[in-house]
Amino acid sequence: MADFNLRSNEPSGDLASKWTDYRGSMNLVAPNNKRNIEVIVVGTGLAGASAASTLAELGYNVKAFTFHDSPRRAHSIAAQGGINAAKNYQNDGDSTYRLFYDTIKGGDYRSRESNVHRLAEVSASIIDQCVAQGVPFAREYGGLLANRSFGGVQVSRTFYARGQTGQQLLIGAYQSLSRQIVTGQVKMHNRHEMLDLVVVDGKARGIITRNLLNGQIERHAAHCVVLATGGYGNVFYLSTNAMGSNVSAAWRSVKKGALMANPCFTQIHPTCIPVSGHYQSKLTLMSESLRNDGRVWVPKSIEDAKSIQEGKKKGIDIAEDDRDYYLERRYPAFGNLVPRDVASRAAKVACDEGKGVSQTGLAVFLDFSSAIERYGKAEAISQGISNPDITKLGEAVVEAKYGNLFEMYEKITGENPYKNPMKIYPAVHYTMGGVWVDYNLETNIPGLFALGEANFSDHGANRLGASALMQGLADGYFVIPYTIGQFLSKEIRTDKISTDLPEFAEAERGVTDRLLRLKSINGTQSVESFHRRLGHIMWEYCGMSRNAEGLKKGRQMIRELREEFYRDVFIPGDLEDYNPELEKATRVADFLELGELMMVDALDRNESCGGHFREEYKTEEGEARRDDENYTYVSAWEWNDIEPILHKEDLEFANVELKTRSYK
Amino acid sequence: MKLNLKIWRQKNSNDKGHYEAHSVEATGDMSFLEMMDVLNEQLINDKKEPVAFEHDCREGICGSCNMVINGQPHGPQSGTTTCQLHMRHFKDGDDIVIEPARAAAFPVIKDLVVDRSSFDDIIQAGGYISVNTGQAPDGNSIPIEKDMAMQAFDAATCIGCGACVAACPNGSAMLFTSAKVAHLGLLPQGKVEHTRRVQSMVATMDKEGFGMCSNIGACEAECPKGISIENIAMLNRSYIASVFGGQK
Amino acid sequence: MKWIINFLFSSIGKKIIMSLTGLFLISFLPVHLLGNFQLMAGDGGEAFNTYAYFMTNNPLIKFTSYGLYFFILLHAVQGIMIAIKNKSAKGSNYKVSTYKNKTWASNNMAFLGILIFAFLCIHMGDFWFKMKFTSQIAMIDTYPGYEGIGVKDLYTRVAAAFSQLWIVIVYLIGLLALGFHLVHGFSSAFQTLGLNHKKYTPLIKGLGYAYSVLIPLGFAIIPIWMYFK
Repeated sequence: MADFNLRSNEPSGDLASKWTDYRGSMNLVAPNNKRNIEVIVVGTGLAGASAASTLAELGYNVKAFTFHDSPRRAHSIAAQGGINAAKNYQNDGDSTYRLFYDTIKGGDYRSRESNVHRLAEVSASIIDQCVAQGVPFAREYGGLLANRSFGGVQVSRTFYARGQTGQQLLIGAYQSLSRQIVTGQVKMHNRHEMLDLVVVDGKARGIITRNLLNGQIERHAAHCVVLATGGYGNVFYLSTNAMGSNVSAAWRSVKKGALMANPCFTQIHPTCIPVSGHYQSKLTLMSESLRNDGRVWVPKSIEDAKSIQEGKKKGIDIAEDDRDYYLERRYPAFGNLVPRDVASRAAKVACDEGKGVSQTGLAVFLDFSSAIERYGKAEAISQGISNPDITKLGEAVVEAKYGNLFEMYEKITGENPYKNPMKIYPAVHYTMGGVWVDYNLETNIPGLFALGEANFSDHGANRLGASALMQGLADGYFVIPYTIGQFLSKEIRTDKISTDLPEFAEAERGVTDRLLRLKSINGTQSVESFHRRLGHIMWEYCGMSRNAEGLKKGRQMIRELREEFYRDVFIPGDLEDYNPELEKATRVADFLELGELMMVDALDRNESCGGHFREEYKTEEGEARRDDENYTYVSAWEWNDIEPILHKEDLEFANVELKTRSYK
Repeated sequence: MKLNLKIWRQKNSNDKGHYEAHSVEATGDMSFLEMMDVLNEQLINDKKEPVAFEHDCREGICGSCNMVINGQPHGPQSGTTTCQLHMRHFKDGDDIVIEPARAAAFPVIKDLVVDRSSFDDIIQAGGYISVNTGQAPDGNSIPIEKDMAMQAFDAATCIGCGACVAACPNGSAMLFTSAKVAHLGLLPQGKVEHTRRVQSMVATMDKEGFGMCSNIGACEAECPKGISIENIAMLNRSYIASVFGGQK
Repeated sequence: MKWIINFLFSSIGKKIIMSLTGLFLISFLPVHLLGNFQLMAGDGGEAFNTYAYFMTNNPLIKFTSYGLYFFILLHAVQGIMIAIKNKSAKGSNYKVSTYKNKTWASNNMAFLGILIFAFLCIHMGDFWFKMKFTSQIAMIDTYPGYEGIGVKDLYTRVAAAFSQLWIVIVYLIGLLALGFHLVHGFSSAFQTLGLNHKKYTPLIKGLGYAYSVLIPLGFAIIPIWMYFK
């Protein structure tokens, strides 16, 4: 591949006015030309649906693709907490700059200033747009929008719809998309999976898809291609992602020359329901808000932990003095409210010492008994009860605050969290890394764009709560509709792209050959079993903490697993049929390569920052040590089977000062 | 625990379909879908075709996983989707019959997978507010009564799983359609297009081949999100008003 | 006028016709019952026979009664058509079926309706048809106020019918079917019209239950009383 010049293409000028000035001077496509231009949007979650509907509103002819039976099933739907916006409705000193600053700092200074500032700027418009679409956000009695606060910030800027914000925002975008589908401006292709990107004369001009109902391989052409295909957390097998979430569209593009940026940056969420057995398919998130009142602990002695693991003792049997409230001990200033990455690592340390509290030894307690007692006493005083049942009063308060979460916990685990402390463990939740894009959200392949979680651009090494929804919608509603014009304005003389071009035929042949190859292996092991083993390797060597030795070993193991996969995988059913196992196989095959790249990236980054913790690079107290001198860059990888090639985009911080985070 | 399953197998929409008996070993901590995973792993190891069923988020929100378990959409636990139903609600030796959602408007694609695209068609007929990106006024420019916003939210929690249609002896989609009409019609933003929306969505619902509501309430009882048939009454009311009060 | 056609053939329109005709029939039942109570007046049928004369000869009531026949037919035909359409909309049924919330009545409205319709045919054939179109019923012209006019002695015909046990049983079955039909139909009619309200719906439901027990019970007392008299 030719020499890369990784230019962010950000406009020059003052950070605060950059986006406004840029919009004013950008190339436009006239309405009569838009009518002749086709755009492919792959993925119809928050970013994809919002992009497809907005581009259609502008007059482009959009072809949208999802592997789901309907755009409404995208995993954006599962986001719980909320969406940030610098509205300053609470009059608490919020501003665009403050949201920008919080996001840069939260990302541990590994994201691009200009992109993040733009995100903060458009955040307010997202709320307006969603309200107009009929998203039923929470409101105050006065009828105005309510806000709550979220981890890592000092203002209340999170808009929410109970615990289902993602659902409501996605339904809003889905409805806008539906409106364009019925006008014919968007051609919706449900149950179609993108299996390859078609590049013609160096520009992205189409995709090859498989119709999941009948296995038909189809060619689709357009003037440009937009990827909004989400993150790759499923490489870990167990994650809070949906079962179908995959990296394939992005990875197929990487194999066609796009660059994968910061793949090792994954976010591990500390409060998930732990794994209960080998059959486990998925992990469920418990809201971060629980750490406001819950205290995290493990037994002080390994013997106690053992007897809990063997089921001889329960959490309540351990005396107060025999408990180690390790977050309060290690981080007295922040206690149980340390950021996600810190809390996750501390839980791993405790379990690695053998103090885990579930059958598998991989869980810590999240205990509400102190909160119940504290609230119970306060309630007794305020109600003036002389002979109070403190526990009962306290439980009522806790129920009012977290009732639905406790109910969900009980549904899944069958244990009553009011009586026994909850068991939690960290789980993979979000991937900050993704396809490398410039300021226009265009990848290094001209005409190929990436939005939302699929790109790497805004969250650096760690994402703040309630920012994923914001980024997805910002990219789809307010960024790509403008920036896509920079590319398309040069394409107005390009005729409709023909699917008869040799590049399409070649790509189609590649896809067909690949499927035939996978099917003809006819080995003995299920796709699922390979995925599970891959996930185990990833979690073990590229999970919450990494070291050079483990990463090298992990990489080797993945290569061996990949080799075994192509030797012994068994895919039942036919190629020309509805065949979920075949779908899984192509996705896992891609994960088997991405996993290796993540190891390579993590090994290259000799520092600890955000979600990436290298055991060799820590302070004496065991905290993350960033290396701003040598690693203030974006790692953009060019994939090849032998040794991926690193391209660097240096990050410049002109508007914020790089500081070390401390929670002691 | 050992479970005796009777599962509907159907190769494609043209196939007649039949029940197939399997037994599977499960534990109480497994979710229903994880039990199905175990079964499929068994089948694959025997070089047989696994049972096709739809699933994705496995946390009760995407709406993919509706299947009919012992005659109940999403199984016996109320307010719970199949993916969140756990095997501890069954006991050793139980017989479980698993069938696809049945309705003429939901043709079977394969085994337990049905085609629910008629729901998309209903939404496309008017289940939206016509506002282009960029046209919106400030989010706080229209105050909305808190209770009204909550009521709209309750209707908007529909996950489009089709349990209502599966539960209805008439295969009616009134709960689904009415939930969207109520969500948008209760909000001031959505009132502008209410009349047009109601007419168009009802016409599409009829065209898709869904049955008529006979006010039995099975939909409401089986809805994993607890959406009320009060919404159906609102749709009826709105429909009458749209016919007799509308200009067209 | 296309809008009317569209409305009448839409799913909700069809249900609204069911609801409105049903409510009309519901309103007719108490009137009919009050008239029938005169069978138990103990005056040898004078009150009842003159009442029947009034009902068949008053032009306004005559007009209303044609409406009634029409609505009965409409309700019945529409109901059957809806049942057929709903059955085809469901397609095949489940191997195990445990429709929640489904009462026996709510799921058997069409069957109950057919039973009631059959009963109505017997009922009308026995009394109304014989009175109107045959000379099987004797004339009486001795009632004060009706001298020389000639009032048909329907009472004797009714008394004769209800002295036979099997006819009494047929009536009781018909009324039982009516009761079950009303248990679901009464409140359902309101829901179809969109009248559902957190505060008032429980009231409507309660009223519906009371109505569907009391009205058929009232009708049932008459044949039983006359049988044992």
